[in-house]
Amino acid sequence: MKTPRALAIPYAVWVVIFTVVPLGLVIGFAMTDPDGKLTLDNIFAMSDYMSVLFRSILFAIIATVICLILAFPAAYIISRSSAINQSTLIVLLMVPMWINFLLRTYAWMTLLEPNGLINKLLGLIGLGPYNLINNSGAVILGMVYNYLPFMILPLYSVMVKIDQSVIEAAQDLGSNKARLVRKVIFPLSMPGISTGIIAVFVPSVSTFIISRMLGGGTNDLIGDIIEMQFSGNSYNPHLGSAMALVLMIIVLFMMSLFNQFGSEEDVVL
Amino acid sequence: MENTIISLRNAVVEYDGEKILKNISLDIIDKQFVTLLGPSGCGKTTTLRIIGGFAEMASGELFFNGVNIKNLPPHKRQVNTVFQKYALFPHLNIYENIAFGLRIKKLHEDEIRKRVGEMLELVNMQGYEKRSINSLSGGQQQRIAIARALVNRPKVLLLDEPLGALDLKLRKEMQIELKRMQQDLEITFIYVTHDQEEALTMSDTVVVMKDGMIQQIGTPQDIYNEPKNAFVADFIGESNIIDGVMHKDFLVEFAGKNFVCVDKGFEPDEPVDVVIRPEDIKVVTQDKGAIVGVVENIVFKGVHYEMTVDALGYKWIIQSTQSEEVGSVIGMNVTPEDIHIMHKSEAE
Repeated sequence: MKTPRALAIPYAVWVVIFTVVPLGLVIGFAMTDPDGKLTLDNIFAMSDYMSVLFRSILFAIIATVICLILAFPAAYIISRSSAINQSTLIVLLMVPMWINFLLRTYAWMTLLEPNGLINKLLGLIGLGPYNLINNSGAVILGMVYNYLPFMILPLYSVMVKIDQSVIEAAQDLGSNKARLVRKVIFPLSMPGISTGIIAVFVPSVSTFIISRMLGGGTNDLIGDIIEMQFSGNSYNPHLGSAMALVLMIIVLFMMSLFNQFGSEEDVVL
Repeated sequence: MENTIISLRNAVVEYDGEKILKNISLDIIDKQFVTLLGPSGCGKTTTLRIIGGFAEMASGELFFNGVNIKNLPPHKRQVNTVFQKYALFPHLNIYENIAFGLRIKKLHEDEIRKRVGEMLELVNMQGYEKRSINSLSGGQQQRIAIARALVNRPKVLLLDEPLGALDLKLRKEMQIELKRMQQDLEITFIYVTHDQEEALTMSDTVVVMKDGMIQQIGTPQDIYNEPKNAFVADFIGESNIIDGVMHKDFLVEFAGKNFVCVDKGFEPDEPVDVVIRPEDIKVVTQDKGAIVGVVENIVFKGVHYEMTVDALGYKWIIQSTQSEEVGSVIGMNVTPEDIHIMHKSEAE
């Protein structure tokens, strides 16, 4: 048993250098003032930003729910396709992810702008221009667009393992389509659903690029505020660390709460 | 009077341009144990899936008690299926698996509990209600799958090679149990298998299939004793199939000799297949045999010995209770009743 343990050492070193130490630094910064004295002021200063924090969580929840609603049927259809169609559809799903994240979000700006592509096309048939960008809808759209594959992939990988004869058995025993989804496919997809929710919610709640580029400065999220504390005019790594810490604790708390529900049978979100 | 419960008319199924079923018509008699028998790829499972509603016909009709149900989705049909791989719901315990169909019918919980209890008793699995599916052996899972289907009191139960994954001893036990359930419950069973012994043991009617076509429909005795063609004869037990010529009614020539037989109605001098069961050949001394051959090998099979005998270049399979020396010359006799004459199967 000695060798396997030894094989884990590189990863352990990696985790210590790049996770444990930085986390310690974040906690350290959060608990001190610029003079290095211990203080909780940074944490209490968070109360000024509660509305931003609330908005971040709300947007992330909305984006996650939309992703789930879009991804569930998509993943199911992919999982029931022929082997060749499955791999084609999965590759098509991944192709946008190979393009730089910033570039993709820029593309949405040129689509949504007042004189962007969508408004120009609508103008041809005498509609618009509509205000499509710099609002909360655009931010949520950006989240859904960027993180949808993270919902589809885990759902697909769980659904593809559901035996076709189990689905046929449910139909054979009298299930119509709605009941088949509710009583068989949904519960059997639960592991993929919880993985997908975490994979979409966590990056959504902490993003700052999407909100900056598509939110037009009026829809700042907690990620933007944290980023400003490190690179903006209001340079204050102590406050930034405190915010990051609080956000992390809230996310951890929500995930554990969710996992507790998720592990029980027949729980509908 | 025997009632036809299911009637399949001119069923054609195509998949990727290939014909899986070629114009099949089949009547299933109510309360019978009917077996669809054939080698893999013969279309027997496809036929079952048409009745269950899981396969679509390119053309053809399907009647259930006289009503055309061709376009009825599976969940509205009065049949239930026992799937090859059991297909139990892994997220539900045994009680909920069996209760699945009853909950859809919105039965009262007391009624559900009563009927699930009855079913567990029927399949000999009392006390397993709260167990998870994964804690069961293959044989137990199969029993639950049967209970889950039968609890809905279907008019017809479809079984797709349900015993295929079980070991021989368990399979024999389950064959007897299935037959008992079918008789006790008075439900029509349509049973798919490639195991000819299984088919002969359990069935009231056997439907032998090959290449998407029905070869013969009959009782197990009919199928075994009066196979309609060389394929059926060969598939149902072992057979010697020899080229012969039917000179006239009741007279056939094969192995260089004329034999009296009980068949008639062939063209004069028509080339035919002559089928003789290995157990119908009597071993006699060389001088008394109609056919003489050399014993090439002999295998002890328990109840009998199985010999391969070379006579005029044809290898005869013979089953006999007495042993012969390898290399010895023996005589073989066969009575007219045991010579089965068949038209040459037409090349397709």
